[in-house]
Amino acid sequence: MNPVTSALPAQRLESHIADSKPNYIPGDAVAEANRCLYCHDAPCVTACPTGIDIPTFIRKIGTGNLTGSARTILSANLLGYSCARVCPVEALCVGACVYNAWHRNPPIQIGRLQRFAVESVFANGSAATLLSKAAPNGKKVVCVGAGPASLACAGYLALEGCSVTLLEKRAIAGGLNVTGVAPYKMDATGALAELAYIQSLGVTIQTGVEVGKDVTPEQLLKDHDAVFVGVGLGGDSKLGIPGEAGPGVFGGVEWVEKMKLESGYALEGVRRAVVIGGGNTAIDVVRELAKLGVPDVALLYRRTEADMPGYRHELELARKEGVRLVERAVPASFVRTGDKLAAVALADGREVACDLCVVAIGQGKLGALVSSFPGVATSDKGLALGEPMTGTTGNPKVWVGGDVTGGELVVTAAQDGKRAARSIAAALGIKARENAPYLAGHR
Amino acid sequence: MADLSINFAGIQSPNPFWLASAPPTNTGDQIMRAFDAGWGGAVWKTLGDPIVDTSSRFGSIDVGNSRMVGFNNIELITDRPLEVNLREIREVKRKYPKHVVIASLMVESKEDWRDIIKRCIDAGADGLELNFGCPHGMCERGMGSAVGQEPEVLKVVAGWAVEYSTVPVLVKLTPNVGDIRVPGVAAVQAGAHGLSLINTIKSIVGVDLDKMVPYPVVGNRSTNGGYCGPAVKPIALHMVSSLGRDPRVNVPISGIGGIATWRDAAEFIAMGCTSVQVCTAVMHYGFRIVEDMIDGLSNFLDEKGMKSVNELRGKALGAYSEWGDLDLHYKVAAQIDPEKCIGCDLCYVACRDTSVFCIHTAGEELIAGHRAPTRDKAIAKATATGVHVPWVDWDECTGCNLCSLVCPVPGCITMVDDTRGKPFESWNDRIDKGTNKVPGGLRG
Ligand SMILES: Cc1cc2nc3c(=O)[nH]c(=O)nc-3n(C[C@H](O)[C@H](O)[C@H](O)COP(=O)(O)OP(=O)(O)OC[C@H]3O[C@@H](n4cnc5c(N)ncnc54)[C@H](O)[C@@H]3O)c2cc1C
Ligand SMILES: Cc1cc2nc3c(=O)[nH]c(=O)nc-3n(C[C@H](O)[C@H](O)[C@H](O)COP(=O)(O)O)c2cc1C
Ligand code: SF4
Ligand code: SF4
Ligand code: SF4
Repeated sequence: MNPVTSALPAQRLESHIADSKPNYIPGDAVAEANRCLYCHDAPCVTACPTGIDIPTFIRKIGTGNLTGSARTILSANLLGYSCARVCPVEALCVGACVYNAWHRNPPIQIGRLQRFAVESVFANGSAATLLSKAAPNGKKVVCVGAGPASLACAGYLALEGCSVTLLEKRAIAGGLNVTGVAPYKMDATGALAELAYIQSLGVTIQTGVEVGKDVTPEQLLKDHDAVFVGVGLGGDSKLGIPGEAGPGVFGGVEWVEKMKLESGYALEGVRRAVVIGGGNTAIDVVRELAKLGVPDVALLYRRTEADMPGYRHELELARKEGVRLVERAVPASFVRTGDKLAAVALADGREVACDLCVVAIGQGKLGALVSSFPGVATSDKGLALGEPMTGTTGNPKVWVGGDVTGGELVVTAAQDGKRAARSIAAALGIKARENAPYLAGHR
Repeated sequence: MADLSINFAGIQSPNPFWLASAPPTNTGDQIMRAFDAGWGGAVWKTLGDPIVDTSSRFGSIDVGNSRMVGFNNIELITDRPLEVNLREIREVKRKYPKHVVIASLMVESKEDWRDIIKRCIDAGADGLELNFGCPHGMCERGMGSAVGQEPEVLKVVAGWAVEYSTVPVLVKLTPNVGDIRVPGVAAVQAGAHGLSLINTIKSIVGVDLDKMVPYPVVGNRSTNGGYCGPAVKPIALHMVSSLGRDPRVNVPISGIGGIATWRDAAEFIAMGCTSVQVCTAVMHYGFRIVEDMIDGLSNFLDEKGMKSVNELRGKALGAYSEWGDLDLHYKVAAQIDPEKCIGCDLCYVACRDTSVFCIHTAGEELIAGHRAPTRDKAIAKATATGVHVPWVDWDECTGCNLCSLVCPVPGCITMVDDTRGKPFESWNDRIDKGTNKVPGGLRG
């Protein structure tokens, strides 16, 4: 048993939510692949933050060369599996597909094809040896946090021969891919399949180690040639209104994690749920609640629909699932009957009755942790300051990337990790092999 | 509505659409249903000594998402007793006296030919088709394409049939020859009243790379088969046309090979055919396809002001000339419609890697003094929308057509006349003038 990937409780609420885009069967994947025009200088590639050679990997599916297809994907994006499932493709690759300009056919289902190719090499056991690996070079690298950014950075450096350790404060590694992503896109078992793949490249993952508490930044710097800080964001932001810290009220990330990972957590007695926020986490949560069968799910947003930062296509899907949007809803306090949550009272006097409330208005920043690494600066918002193309910081041995720098997607975290890996390898004097996987995709 | 009826060497048919001798014409039952659907005639599945078929016996190739673009079979002639087939021919003719039933035949000795011909005519067959074309199995036994590939043998066997028959005799030709005119003319010289072509092309349709056995797999072996379906249409059309314009061929032709639509049929007729025969398309979609073949052809004839399908026959044959007689000054240039273009740049890469690299993207410069009529619009759209719209340098474009063939958007790239008043001049004109000589020349 793999101690890192076997930590999942059996009774998880998320397992009641079905995969909204199940994996293709082979014939259907080939049929979809055959629709791809194999564009020259394809706009879908430009739109992919990691720069996967999309026409090439799709054509390889069409010819039945799944090994080559998966290699094309994973070299440019080691997290090509989770990205295939969680990327907001409508706003990225699929949104740029030339078919959008041709009002006849829907754009190519790039994410689903990408999943098909990678899942096939995960399933047949060939993934671990798909990308070429360099001989050990004796360099020691540590990645702080085991989310997408660190996993990408660690995997690429392991392939170049570095000895890489990931330190994760939680009992379970994987970051928000395991604890946060909506289960209709990918459940925790999907995220752990990818985690096992990254492990198979030769990285070491230690869970339950909190940097700053269990080990100091100074110690890490002393013991390693390079440190990558990919700690993501902090806990849920608070409304700061009366009654927030009581039963029935949860933070967005907190609630999603319970739903995904807490053994035996259930929505008993929840008939009416309210979610406060207008971003993608808030929209994810309303959809999750609706899919879990809560009869009345309301999304409360302080301004109007047009101002909402979340994806329009996701909001539309939420509406189809029965979610109602309450606009100009500024929460003032929580109302309880005895110990039981009864409603959210709004500043304008309205009350929205509910048995459960999820406050998804953003996450705090880990600026203090970041700046405890000597020489590493943070912005006034608490985000780590790194050079965007490399992740380098004021400390020549420290690199940063992912949400800790303000990125907001798995795929951008993966690209940050890849860029940092290139930069770390260069800084450690590791000669880039001609076919080094991390050279693939966008600069 | 235009008249679709035809007279093929004395055989009257309500329309030019016949089923080719193949699985769809295996039994009387099928043929009667086909006639109900609208088919004008049917060539019975080849009669002879009943054979044993293998399992499996078909294979096909798919191109992209199109299934059965080419079809392959290793099936032999009929596997049913002659008496049964004859009884059914009699029944079909009794119930459908106005429809055409042609008996396809393949036997060995002179006596066998005499016997089977007499019995088919007695059963009511309107004509005979001598199967000199089957390229698998039967030829190993000295029949089928083994006859069709030997003009002298073909003449002898066709001669027997012509001698014994009181109904028109068609000779079905194999395409597995160097020059189709040799067996075609031999058949005419033997007295055949009509030609039908093509039978299937010798083929191996693919290989099962796990079993390491070619398709179709029969246990752990396979054999070469015969190829047909949409993929063979151009080959069939060329062979039909070669015979159609050969002055020695003064008999009607029944065109076969890849015909699936009224448009295919119209092309074969325009290249000289009197009737057409269909096999693969019916195997793919059933007898019902004939409804649109009839409807489409008759609408087409109406639109072109032709009163009868006979007016269409051979219409395009005169324009089929030798390369040396083509106009070397005729010039077309590719024009991309920026409105329709979706920016896939397939034309760009095709022209760059195969042709003259005269297609350019928005950012590229136009050579001074050159014409590029759509360049400004292309750049405007690319700038406004980000769609990679390319444009064509007309003074570099050779008019090869490639871009318009690769472009996925219908009507997006058109080839526009850019001859600009230059007079006609062919290669042969140049040879005659002595301005362009190569040793041996093209006109020998
Ligand atoms: C609810 C939710 C849904 C989302 N859905 C999507 C989606 O569908 N698609 C998409 O592309 N993106 C989505 N995102 C965003 C995406 O998950 C993140 O952008 C991405 O995970 C960032 O990766 P990361 O590695 O930077 O950070 P994280 O995934 O946050 O990983 C950081 C890791 O570091 C660990 N850590 C923190 N501090 C320490 C410490 N001191 N010591 C050791 N370890 C530490 C954390 O426990 C965590 O495991 C979602 C985010 C949320 C909150
Ligand atoms: C399965 C199969 C069996 C065939 N059997 C015969 C046959 O018995 N006699 C014959 O003359 N042609 C036979 N043919 C050839 C067809 O009649 C026809 O000439 C050829 O398939 C080309 O037409 P198509 O492209 O419309 O299929 C057969 C073809 C197929 C596919
Ligand atoms: S990684 Fe994401 S954006 Fe890139 S191609 Fe795959 S699904 Fe699209
Ligand atoms: S833009 Fe669309 S059609 Fe073109 S290569 Fe990308 S996925 Fe294929
Ligand atoms: S092939 Fe057609 S659609 Fe594609 S770029 Fe060229 S003109 Fe535009």
